[in-house]
Amino acid sequence: MSSGINWFKFSSPASFYPLAKKLAVGFGTLAVVFCAVGLYIGFFMAPTDHQQGESYRIIFIHVPAAWMSMFIYLVMAFWAGMGLAFNTRLSGMMASALAPTGAMFTFIALWTGSLWGKPTWGTWWVWDARLTSELILLFLYFGFLALQAAIDDPRRADRAGAVLALVGVVNVPIIYFSVKWWNTLHQGASVSLSSAPTMATTMLIGMLVMVFGFWFYSIAAVLMRARCIMLERERNSEWAAQYLESGA
Amino acid sequence: MIAGGVAALAVSAALVLSAFQKNLVFFFTPTQVAANEAPQGRTFRIGGLVAPGSVKRRSDGVTVQFVVTDTAQNIPVVYQGILPDLFREGKGVVTQGRLGPDGVFQASEVLAKHDENYMPPEAADALKQAHGNGLNAAQKTLVVPGSGR
Amino acid sequence: MNWGSWSEFFAMGGYALYVWGSYAVTAGLMVVELILLVLRRRGILNRFGGKS
Repeated sequence: MSSGINWFKFSSPASFYPLAKKLAVGFGTLAVVFCAVGLYIGFFMAPTDHQQGESYRIIFIHVPAAWMSMFIYLVMAFWAGMGLAFNTRLSGMMASALAPTGAMFTFIALWTGSLWGKPTWGTWWVWDARLTSELILLFLYFGFLALQAAIDDPRRADRAGAVLALVGVVNVPIIYFSVKWWNTLHQGASVSLSSAPTMATTMLIGMLVMVFGFWFYSIAAVLMRARCIMLERERNSEWAAQYLESGA
Repeated sequence: MIAGGVAALAVSAALVLSAFQKNLVFFFTPTQVAANEAPQGRTFRIGGLVAPGSVKRRSDGVTVQFVVTDTAQNIPVVYQGILPDLFREGKGVVTQGRLGPDGVFQASEVLAKHDENYMPPEAADALKQAHGNGLNAAQKTLVVPGSGR
Repeated sequence: MNWGSWSEFFAMGGYALYVWGSYAVTAGLMVVELILLVLRRRGILNRFGGKS
């Protein structure tokens, strides 16, 4: 394990805690800048859509939120898996810190999708594969949070949550590929790795800037929450006592 | 305890997946309906394009009739109700209802299925001129994944 | 520029309810999340910090 020392330097809460603060401030600032620029592009530069008129402008938050809902889940499962494999304290804390933000973006994706579906498709909700699997993702997040809340011992809560998070990973490719694998009311992907985007350039740029804005927001919010969890769980340790004293 | 939890979750995941495969065939294409693959005697959804020139409003003012096509097969549809904003000739549609003995689909709900192309109207017009009638571009909406299932 | 006036902007081509409903809830949730995080941190410092 000696070769891994550098890599694991920040895997102890004591050294990660002050770093997380700097990162949270930095990414929080970036998030504000990117969201402001993204919204400006989305509302004032991107043209009206030929089919949907102005209602398509929901895309600038719907797609970033939906991507974040899946991406945060993958990161959460990654940390959960690390926690099971290496039994590091920080891994479980990171997984717990990610879940509420992931659940929030899943809800936003469903909410904005519903408000977008009504005027375009003609319905708030349908049980097609894309919408159903995204709803299952929300339940996975809720299940993870409920399971962790139900177990008093944090390390046991981490392990139980990790198992749930890892099993639930199968749902993420199902969401992503649902529009290819099954007949759905939801249209296919406008942006994918395998083919050219089917969006006008300004619309695409606005959406991608918002993706980065949401991404940076998530990093900042998750790090803030991770700092809280670190202090709560390790409040009796020497390093935490020092920060609790100074309030830094 | 953890092993038991894994087992329970794996079973529930498998159940959800099989429910997906069985019940989430969201719509049938006119070709599938013509081949009797659609369920008989209960409501189901058909999806396809609204055939250009087929939309007619009957004299009572509320009944709309149109033809759903996948360019191979056509199904006439009758519907009474409000159509979504994006219901257009040549565009995608998914409609729920019952197939009558006369081969006419009695729709209880009509939903628009739009494609994943986002562009300003000017670009769409230019594309339409290049394509002739726009049906070719709209056919993308229709590509049915895994229809050889 | 897409909009002739601010009222046109707020009308969103007739989709105001849907567009602004989406943006308001999204922004609201993000702000609430940040407020809750700040409150949680204050709570921790109040309970365990200071004269421990």
